[in-house]
Amino acid sequence: MIEKEKINWIYKKIFTIRFFEERIKQIAKEKTVPGYLHTCIGSEAICVGVMAALNQDDWISSTYRNHGHAIAKGCELNEITSEIYGRKTGICKGRGGSMHISDFSKGMLGSFGIVAAGPAVVLGAALQEKINKSNKTCVSFFGDGAIHNGAFHEAAGLAKLWNIPMIFVCENNGYAEATATDWHLNTKELSDITKAYDMLSYIGDGNNVFEVYDITKKAISEAKQKNTPIFLEFKNYRFSGQYEGDTQLYQPQEEIDKARQNDPIKLAKENSSKYDLNKNDLEKIINEAKEEVDKAFDFADTQPWPQPEDALEEVYVNYPVEIKT
Amino acid sequence: MTIKTVKDAINDALVQSFEEDKNVILMGEDIAGGKGREQYQGTQDAWGGPFGVTQGLYTKFGGERVRDTTIAEAGFFGAAIGAAMTGLRPIVELMYVDFAGVCFDQMMNQAAKVRYMFGGKQKVPMVVRTVVGAGFRAGSEHSQTLYSLYTHIPGLKVVAPYDAYDAKGLLLSSIKDDDPVIFMEHKRLYMTSCEVPDDLKPIPLGKGRIRREGSDVTIIAIQRMNLFAEEAANELEKINISCEIVDPRTYSPLDEELIFQSVKKTGKVIVVDESNPKCSLASEISSLISEKCFSDLKAAVIKITAPHTPVPFSPPMEDFYIPSTKKIIDAVKKLKDV
Repeated sequence: MIEKEKINWIYKKIFTIRFFEERIKQIAKEKTVPGYLHTCIGSEAICVGVMAALNQDDWISSTYRNHGHAIAKGCELNEITSEIYGRKTGICKGRGGSMHISDFSKGMLGSFGIVAAGPAVVLGAALQEKINKSNKTCVSFFGDGAIHNGAFHEAAGLAKLWNIPMIFVCENNGYAEATATDWHLNTKELSDITKAYDMLSYIGDGNNVFEVYDITKKAISEAKQKNTPIFLEFKNYRFSGQYEGDTQLYQPQEEIDKARQNDPIKLAKENSSKYDLNKNDLEKIINEAKEEVDKAFDFADTQPWPQPEDALEEVYVNYPVEIKT
Repeated sequence: MTIKTVKDAINDALVQSFEEDKNVILMGEDIAGGKGREQYQGTQDAWGGPFGVTQGLYTKFGGERVRDTTIAEAGFFGAAIGAAMTGLRPIVELMYVDFAGVCFDQMMNQAAKVRYMFGGKQKVPMVVRTVVGAGFRAGSEHSQTLYSLYTHIPGLKVVAPYDAYDAKGLLLSSIKDDDPVIFMEHKRLYMTSCEVPDDLKPIPLGKGRIRREGSDVTIIAIQRMNLFAEEAANELEKINISCEIVDPRTYSPLDEELIFQSVKKTGKVIVVDESNPKCSLASEISSLISEKCFSDLKAAVIKITAPHTPVPFSPPMEDFYIPSTKKIIDAVKKLKDV
């Protein structure tokens, strides 16, 4: 049984992420939003399901498709939105942008724009936890495209060799950028690639937030108990393009229509009665989520731009020579 | 006072840092030499890397803090970043700087940028110890210096000590530093020695050193080039030419003031850099001097560098590649006549 508070949290987060992403997509169509936007419509259940199994101070890494992870990990919506708009009060003071939404104080080691950069960084955090005999959970999120990259394999090999109980979370959303997973995969199942490392792996339905939560929770406990890394593959579908403005010509309409039947938000709604959420409760959560998203975008609109010279700050902790223009 | 080799001075700095701070760990290929093979218990760290620099650390501090890695630089460099962000002070060994390519993303895009691009909340107190330099007949992929490759990247610091004194003092500082530092050790300097006080204090990064005071010509020498600059200065002294030798020691941050002071004094400058010439430390220092000290210059800055080629293998070719004492003497004489 999942406690009532957690169920409410899960529902609130999953709707917040969907509304947030739909809203930023719409805004990007209507006016100029600086830079690239990689929305995560279709990944909400993975973001929320995994994070439901974590504490706020557990460590994660994310990618350029990070809005959902950041929201689920507890980053402030106002700060996320301001960052996307490039404002001074953004979560990274306007120095990161949509691809780098990350708040270290919320347990985010970073949202990396380089595919497969995250797993090794999380391995390091997990090594630190092991050496300091601390017990924070360490999770790296990445997409199916990352599993061909050497940095992922190097991290996987060392994690197993060093008995590091970290969790690799692969969001298999059907596409590595514009390249279909069924085209780029050499193995029958994506998670088969971990066999070379003798690493435990589990596959789950990435559209079902409760299944994701359940599998993740068990995996964390097993990893810590057995002192071993575990690889989780959650299958879902990327309704968004690689980025906003992507024509998505490579995604057949019938494929999208079929995937809609398993939309994580649709499934969450359908399952709500199973978790003792009546129609009114659900409506209340949905309205709260909508309202918070609206407020965040209103907030960001009013926020000041950084001063140009703010660009010179915080390159180093300490640099005795002036950083000049 | 004790006479120490560069190799031992580095080992001393590592041991001292391990003793002072339990958060210091070391990761790299063969740094212990195949940790975990039971039949070698007690002698597991006999190898201590190809130059023996980390010898003894595994026995002293154990496998939890002295970690042999797989040949997976991207993996353990990335791990050092995550470990540094969450509270450790990892030192990673890049066996030869020539291997920078396989883990450059970790240094260029993660170590250097996480503080800046995530809003200044994080720091990455890690040190990359790496081996640089030609003159070992080691061929094109084990002989480069690549100083400017890392110096170019904002967020990284770059240190390249010449003697044992600086090697120890600067490594102590690098390990205590809160930013990612690339610490470059020259393979031809490991066995050179000088006096190193046992209680040597950390030497701050960004402070250069006047190795020899002089009045006629300034020679700015990078790492091993200090050796040739000193030889040249000794020869030139015999014919009454007085050379000042400036060793910047750290390249990011660079002690620009120290360089400018010497240029103001002599007005004649030679920069000696073992690297390839294009976009090198030599070209950077030369450009800074012409920007900031143009009116003090009595002649154009002379750069003595390797040619724009990979490092060749065969001894006559490699010796030709490396800047020489003779080249420095010739350049000084040319400047003296100006």
